Amino acid sequence: MASWPLLSFTTFLPLAGVALILLFCRGNTPDVVRNVRYVALWTTVITFVLSLFIWFNFDPRNPGYQLVEKADWIPEFGISYHMGVDGISMLFVILSTFLMPLCILSSWEAVQNRVKEYMIAFLVLETLMVGMFCALDFVLFYMFFEGVLIPMFLIIGVWGGARRVYAAFKFFLYTLLGSVLMLLAILAMYFAAGTTDIPTITATHFPRNMQLWLWLAFFASFAVKVPMWPVHTWLPDAHVEAPTAGSVILAGVLLKMGGYGFLRFNIPMLPEATEYFAPLVYTLSIVAVIYTSLVALAQEDMKKLIAYSSVAHMGFVTIGMFALNQQGIEGSIFTMLSHGIVSGALFLCVGVVYDRLHTREIARYGGLVKNMPKYAVVFLFMTMASVGLPGTSGFVGEFLVLLGAFRDNTWVAFLAATGMVLGAAYALWLFRRVVYGKLVKPDVRAMFDLNTREVAIFLPLIAVVLWMGVYPNSFLNVTSASVGQLIQTYQTKLAAAQGGAGDVSVAAR
Amino acid sequence: MTAVFPDIWPALPEIFLACAGMALLLIGVFRGDGFTRPIGYMTMVALLLAAILTMGYGTGRVVTFNGLFVMDAFGVFMKVLILVAASLSVLLALGFNEREKMARFEFPVLMLFATLGMLMMVSANDLISLYVGLETQSLALYVIAAFRRDNTKSSEAGLKYFVLGSLSSGMLLYGASMVYGFAGTTSFDKIAALFAGGMHPSVGVIIGLVFVAAGLAFKISAVPFHMWTPDVYEGAPTPVTAFFAAAPKVAAIALFTRLLIEPFGHLAHQWQQIIIVSSILSMSLGAFAAITQNNIKRLMAYSSIGHVGYALVGLASGTQEGVRGVLIYMAVYIVMNIGTFAVILCMKQQGRMVEEIKDLAGLSRTNPLLAGAMAVFMFSMAGIPPMAGFFSKLYVFLAAIEAQLYTLAVIGVLTSVVGAFYYLRIIKIMYFDEPVEAFDKINDDGMTGILIATGLFTLLFFVVPAPILNYAASAAASLFAG
Repeated sequence: MASWPLLSFTTFLPLAGVALILLFCRGNTPDVVRNVRYVALWTTVITFVLSLFIWFNFDPRNPGYQLVEKADWIPEFGISYHMGVDGISMLFVILSTFLMPLCILSSWEAVQNRVKEYMIAFLVLETLMVGMFCALDFVLFYMFFEGVLIPMFLIIGVWGGARRVYAAFKFFLYTLLGSVLMLLAILAMYFAAGTTDIPTITATHFPRNMQLWLWLAFFASFAVKVPMWPVHTWLPDAHVEAPTAGSVILAGVLLKMGGYGFLRFNIPMLPEATEYFAPLVYTLSIVAVIYTSLVALAQEDMKKLIAYSSVAHMGFVTIGMFALNQQGIEGSIFTMLSHGIVSGALFLCVGVVYDRLHTREIARYGGLVKNMPKYAVVFLFMTMASVGLPGTSGFVGEFLVLLGAFRDNTWVAFLAATGMVLGAAYALWLFRRVVYGKLVKPDVRAMFDLNTREVAIFLPLIAVVLWMGVYPNSFLNVTSASVGQLIQTYQTKLAAAQGGAGDVSVAAR
Repeated sequence: MTAVFPDIWPALPEIFLACAGMALLLIGVFRGDGFTRPIGYMTMVALLLAAILTMGYGTGRVVTFNGLFVMDAFGVFMKVLILVAASLSVLLALGFNEREKMARFEFPVLMLFATLGMLMMVSANDLISLYVGLETQSLALYVIAAFRRDNTKSSEAGLKYFVLGSLSSGMLLYGASMVYGFAGTTSFDKIAALFAGGMHPSVGVIIGLVFVAAGLAFKISAVPFHMWTPDVYEGAPTPVTAFFAAAPKVAAIALFTRLLIEPFGHLAHQWQQIIIVSSILSMSLGAFAAITQNNIKRLMAYSSIGHVGYALVGLASGTQEGVRGVLIYMAVYIVMNIGTFAVILCMKQQGRMVEEIKDLAGLSRTNPLLAGAMAVFMFSMAGIPPMAGFFSKLYVFLAAIEAQLYTLAVIGVLTSVVGAFYYLRIIKIMYFDEPVEAFDKINDDGMTGILIATGLFTLLFFVVPAPILNYAASAAASLFAG
């Protein structure tokens, strides 16, 4: 099995779907549109199945890169086509391919306008996302990382809500501004290391002063992507205006690119700067957790509320990461995976009622439990997962993050824990306002419960959330070896740097 | 001193092109305007043959015609770019001129003569041959800028271009005379030898260099000598604008690069500041001034000012990597640019050409292919991967980082974000807005071919970028070997 390039297949298979749609689905008749939907669905399902083979072929005891593919691309400049996954990236690949068919399904009826272009945009997006998590060459990584902006810009701008143009521009320009600085950092690293190969650069030591600047440049890019307070403001706009499936991908996968970037670049490549800046990250993350939770309480738009809750959850993720111990980092990866599923599911829940009433205003709903019992169950389950009820995926991640943070700094853990309380407050309050109460409004009364397609979307999500909550080991097993190695790299490099610096100061004396 | 017959082989493409131009002129005079299309095709063939002759030249550096003319790998790269750009422009112009009833046989021939001037600029190895080449090019360009005689805007554009062009030529000539007066020679090689010993240049040479640089900055429309660009781009007939934005720019950049690297290479610390300032100003002005434009040709003018700024980032580093960046940048730039102008040439509603950006509204519905191509060019110009424009920006910034011009690089990437705004605006209008009125169907196989070819090149450049990058690298190396 390992003889053929599994990662490249998974990455580029969606493009084959694009080719099929372009070549064989001409015209705009209902038949053609239906075919387009099926092609997109089957392509993403097959991609998901293919990506499961990655998991089967993955050896969790091996902390290094696996299923590696390498080919010359621009040999004169030391740039190669280098793909591979380790315990940190592998599950994100699965997350992307898992969410994609659900997105296509959720847009089955909601998107009636320019279906062909819509499906093409999503398939291209899938290629770019999967490729980004697999890329082991800086230029390749950057191409995927930036390329994501193009389909997402179009998805928000063409199929979005009323203020879609503003949101699309804000999303694009914010993210671009961060990434161009990262590009300069990549170029600077290229000159220091003579290659853009990520494993080689990870083994290179950069002078401390240079590290600080490089770290800030990477941080500019990933902090916008995560997003961290105060550069999070693009996220509520983008989420509110994007179509449901766009929000799912945005919250489910695109935000994780930032977290993944921290783990892959900032921490192992620039350890001294990471140590220096960790308090800054802590501060920004705590502000994010508390402030955005409070902001979420005040929201009147369902999507905006969930968007702010995403910022808060990602604050947890960055706290766990920069605790820089096994529990913290594993917890942050687990939180990212869990948040990818749960927030995606919450956006889908909003999408379900939005498809029926075409509004996301919380006050317009109420009493849905009476006429939509199935929906109420799903929504309740996902709300509980978001709050972090034991037995759901949310609990495991947040518990590990708090544990990791506690080991590093009690106060950080204490302040972050208040965020959990606030998180329960806004999530439960949202649920109460939408699902409980009196069913008085006639149009709300006329809403029908989940249909088979919608149940089919939610069932896998519920199953995964339960699986992650009840038996997290099947996921933690995958990550632990690589995280262990990451921490070891970090500490070895740090010790070497401090030891070196100590020698110099001794010599100076 | 005995007269030696010079080695003409390095100049074969130029000689061939000159003969072909005169022959075509004669044919035109005898057959009249009705014969424009065949003459246009023959011009294209002549340009492409010249490109083949150029490619057949090889790679070694040869100086001939008593040191006036030089040919090397750098020249081959630039000349092939110019010739390809010119022949595509001729193809674009042919159909357009017929549709707009301004087909005259002089048009392609004038483009050919302008191209001849450009080739000479690339190969100039002496301040005198530099000037001769530059003027051969400019004279032909003045005429085609004003080619639509009955149109005020076109005449105005021609006149403006002529007056400001003459001014810049005057400055260049003044600077050249200063250099000659203080250095005692006009030959690039001798000037280079003069400063190679680490001799401190006299103030007169520096002043001369500044004037020459200012004159050339006019030609590449770098800030602060850019004022003519928007008016001329807007006023000139669209295929002429397409030509202006591509071939002459490559030639002037090539000339500028050779001048700064070869004769004045040892004075890098003197001219570097000028280039850095001009580069920063060009990138910023190109980014900010384009935001408010409504006319797409004016927008392209500001965009080209910005692009020159990025190319100058490479030149400012003054290194071999920098020149390589410039070469890659120009190669990608002309392809995107010709593609974009091919789209602009399709902007015709109810039998009349339109130039407002808002006329593109909803193009993705009415003409998905055209909109798709335009979107590719716009993303590419904004430098978003995986389009070709990303790679061109990558290599100039690579050079800037290597030369430790960090401020320049940071300002460069920041202005590219500002620039992305107006490129995105065009995409927004095409994709997000409701369609107003469909464009007329235009049956022009040449234009369709150019659109598809340039679009695919821009989109798929990343698949096998190595050949062009390697050619550019060896071309840049040849400039530093000499």
